[in-house]
Amino acid sequence: MTDTRIWDNRAWFFVVPVLVFVLFSSLVPMMTVLNYSVQDSMGQNNFFWNGTGWFQNLLDTSTEIGKRFQGALVRNLAFSFLVLAIEIPLGIAVSLCIPKRGWTVGAVLVIIALPLLIPYNVVGVIWQLFTRTDIGLFGAALTGLHIPFDPRQDASSAWVTIVLMDVWHWTSMVALLCYAGLKAIPDAYYQAARIDGAGRWAVFANIEFPKLRKVLVIAMLLRFMGSFMIYTEPFVVTGGGPGEATSFLSIDLVKTALGQVDLGNGAAMSLVYNLITLTVCWVFFTYTTHVDAREQA
Amino acid sequence: MAKITLDGIGHAYGPARTDTDYALKPIHHVWEAGKAYALLGPSGCGKTTLLNIISGLVIPSAGRLLFDERDVTRLSTEKRNIAQVFQFPVIYDTMTVAENLAFPLKNRRMPRSLIEARVCEIAAMLDLTGDLNRRARGLTADAKQKISLGRGLVRSDVSAVLFDEPLTVIDPALKWELRSKLKAVHRALDLLMIYVTHDQTEALTFADKVVVMNDGRAVQIGTPADLFERPEHTFVGYFIGSPGMNFLSGRLTGRTMSTEGHALDLDHAYPSLPQDRAVKLGIRPDYATLTAANGLPVKVRRIDDLGRKRLAHVDLGSQPLVVTVPNGMSVEGSDARVSFDPRRTHIYVDEQRVEGIAA
Amino acid sequence: MSFVLDQISLRAGDQTVIADVSLTLEPGTMNVLLGPTLSGKTTLMRLMAGLDRPSSGHLVADGVDVTGASVRKRSVAMVYQQFVNYPTLSVYENIASPLRVQGLPRAEIEARVERAAKLLRLEPMLKRNPAQLSGGQQQRTALARALVKQAKLVLLDEPLANLDYKLREELREELPRIFAETGAILVYATTEPTEALLLRGTTATLWQGRVTQVGPTAQVYRQPDNLDAARVFSDPPLNELAVTKAGPMLAFGQGRRLPAEGLLSGMPDGAYRLGFRSDAVRIGGGRPGLLHFPGTVAVSDINGSESFVHVAVEAAGTTWVCLADGVQTYEPGEAVEVGLALDEVFVFTAGGQRVAVQGLAATA
Repeated sequence: MTDTRIWDNRAWFFVVPVLVFVLFSSLVPMMTVLNYSVQDSMGQNNFFWNGTGWFQNLLDTSTEIGKRFQGALVRNLAFSFLVLAIEIPLGIAVSLCIPKRGWTVGAVLVIIALPLLIPYNVVGVIWQLFTRTDIGLFGAALTGLHIPFDPRQDASSAWVTIVLMDVWHWTSMVALLCYAGLKAIPDAYYQAARIDGAGRWAVFANIEFPKLRKVLVIAMLLRFMGSFMIYTEPFVVTGGGPGEATSFLSIDLVKTALGQVDLGNGAAMSLVYNLITLTVCWVFFTYTTHVDAREQA
Repeated sequence: MAKITLDGIGHAYGPARTDTDYALKPIHHVWEAGKAYALLGPSGCGKTTLLNIISGLVIPSAGRLLFDERDVTRLSTEKRNIAQVFQFPVIYDTMTVAENLAFPLKNRRMPRSLIEARVCEIAAMLDLTGDLNRRARGLTADAKQKISLGRGLVRSDVSAVLFDEPLTVIDPALKWELRSKLKAVHRALDLLMIYVTHDQTEALTFADKVVVMNDGRAVQIGTPADLFERPEHTFVGYFIGSPGMNFLSGRLTGRTMSTEGHALDLDHAYPSLPQDRAVKLGIRPDYATLTAANGLPVKVRRIDDLGRKRLAHVDLGSQPLVVTVPNGMSVEGSDARVSFDPRRTHIYVDEQRVEGIAA
Repeated sequence: MSFVLDQISLRAGDQTVIADVSLTLEPGTMNVLLGPTLSGKTTLMRLMAGLDRPSSGHLVADGVDVTGASVRKRSVAMVYQQFVNYPTLSVYENIASPLRVQGLPRAEIEARVERAAKLLRLEPMLKRNPAQLSGGQQQRTALARALVKQAKLVLLDEPLANLDYKLREELREELPRIFAETGAILVYATTEPTEALLLRGTTATLWQGRVTQVGPTAQVYRQPDNLDAARVFSDPPLNELAVTKAGPMLAFGQGRRLPAEGLLSGMPDGAYRLGFRSDAVRIGGGRPGLLHFPGTVAVSDINGSESFVHVAVEAAGTTWVCLADGVQTYEPGEAVEVGLALDEVFVFTAGGQRVAVQGLAATA
């Protein structure tokens, strides 16, 4: 449909301050990174053109930096996949158990929301202590039961810890989003289903799940972004170790750019990292708008 | 198929101390198997409460509900064996139209061949045959509501089918079509149907008997013709008919009513009433006509031309009336006379109709 | 202020939503836009209000072209089918809101709000919030807001459609009276022929974005210019019959024939379409002057004071809607005879243009 509304374009003046702010807060720093990613330096603030050299390094597994980067990328994708595979179904399950009315609603929602209110580094500290084999309740209990567990020495223990921690921290968000989605379903649907003789599973499969689809897409997007950009918690719990077992992209990036002051490689990594998140975001966005459009038709 | 007995069913949402605490005042009534009933009344009259009691969403605070001889007052909705159609379409998004219609049967493990036959039959009644294999999600609100209706009608073994203002979302131009369709479906299916609405056209068209409700009370239960010709309560006279019944206040002695300084001779006598009793005379605009010569003198305020007929808004003394202007009659000036069809007048005392004796 | 729509069209993509509409609206008049859902009533009102810009044509207010002017610069008030009020403001503040925007002095605002509240019988509710009001009261609040604004153009888009029918009956009587005193141009969109007749004034029938006829309301009802106008102005739907005149006989249906009497007797031979409303066909046989057909009752639709019986007339190959006074129940399948009053029939050409109508000489 062509747009026939009558426009008053003066409103754009009000947007100018925001545009100026965005320019300084993101565009200028971004340009700096872009600058570093195509130049090399011999110190003393002398830069020279390096073209796509840094980027080629990243793609080339024979270079040390390429190997590290690609390893971190694979680990990060595996982590995001695991986290989504656990948190989405678990979140749905939790949301289905939250009462819909009565005084218990408030209490349950507050308890569920608690992990979301804790600062990231505190979450890290909590789990770091919790899983310690000497004084941590979880770590010591497992050790006491003679189950081999030590996140500081053993890669799989480290992974279990970090995944558990993320599930603990973020399943609440998925559950709350789903709960909001469930609340939006009119009572008539449940009544109709009861009258139609539908069982619990049929109600979930035919009413609740279809109505939750949009919310779930958003939850998946948020959780993918969150887990793909995770930094603070694993940094506190494992510091990326043991070895490189839990070194995700963000940890690796900090190591490269700040630890080793490898500005060129660091800048190139930042841009590729950024590009991946943008692409995923775009895919999600087009998918949801596409689904919306199909439903409108 | 069953009959439904309301044995003193009443409901108060809080503790009921006085009569006014009841959202639904205790009612005794039997709904016969295979008949179509409508619950008609303005919003807040208690009709939805009554429907919810029958469907099991509300447990009444007084009385018993019987399906045939079985007490179901405290049974859950699913155990009552009823079907219900809601105000807004409820469809299962992921299913096709056919799967939607088949859903209540599938859940009850009916054999596939029987399901298919029944779905085809219902779809044909509601003109859904062409859409059977389409996904329900993309359809218009009208079509979705037809699917909801179909799901309500698909089971042949239900005790009753309940409709809760089912035509709310239907386009006005299509409403009469669906009203007619529902009536025809009722004739074809022989199920007890209960239809809640605030629209008189839907109620009168659909139902064999209409329960008119006001202020938590069933003020009259009768056929559409009863409600129109013999409203038992002034509210029924007002609520049924467009425009509603006229009411003239006056005093009655024997067969003569005096109002605004005029004497009006009635067709019936009311020996049960004392002399000089304050009463209301009810007459429908359809049976009160503007005349040139004889009748009560009135002042004409306005004449509405409705195309099919003309209605005059007149004043008899201080009391307003709406009367029919006969075809071809031209009204000059504001003075005119009005005559009532004596067989169609009714006398009301304390808002209730008093039965007269033909003299 | 007179308001002129001069050949207004609106196209969206390759669709024409409004096609070449020309209307002249005078101050203090009631103008009814009558048409079914999606016939373009709301779109036309949005164009008048200045919410949308027409693809071609001009809007002229008092001789000034206002086609592209934004809605805020025009003197327009609009009331919608949905009850639109500010939920957090009291009824008083809701009504006063357009005056506060105009920056009127406090005393003036108070006087105007009180006057409007009195006219619309909202005085006891002024302190309440819209959520505490019934549907009728909410819509009265919206109407009061349109009233205090003293706009020169008041657009009412099916304002009573969402109300119960008893409230509708009451407000329908009050509305024209309330706004008549303001001297504004009133435009009232409705889907219901009865509502149009009660509002009187001028009616424009709309069909598929086109104005099919404009004129005094009763005249448009009794003398529709074309089949589209007659259909729009008929509820229940217009009954129709295609006939072919050959000499003194009319042929219709599957080889049925009738003598061409009344209006039709003087017409040239050819194909015609007859259109007649439910009150032109009565149930029951044996009445003189009527043309009788046997039929079968499909269903009867009872609206309270009248019953409309849908009768399948085999000879005509279609179903006609027949009027019966009062509440009368006919059982589906019942055999009845229907009588058609030929002098109440509109005669249209095969293309849908009226050639004859009661009280008019044949023009073709």
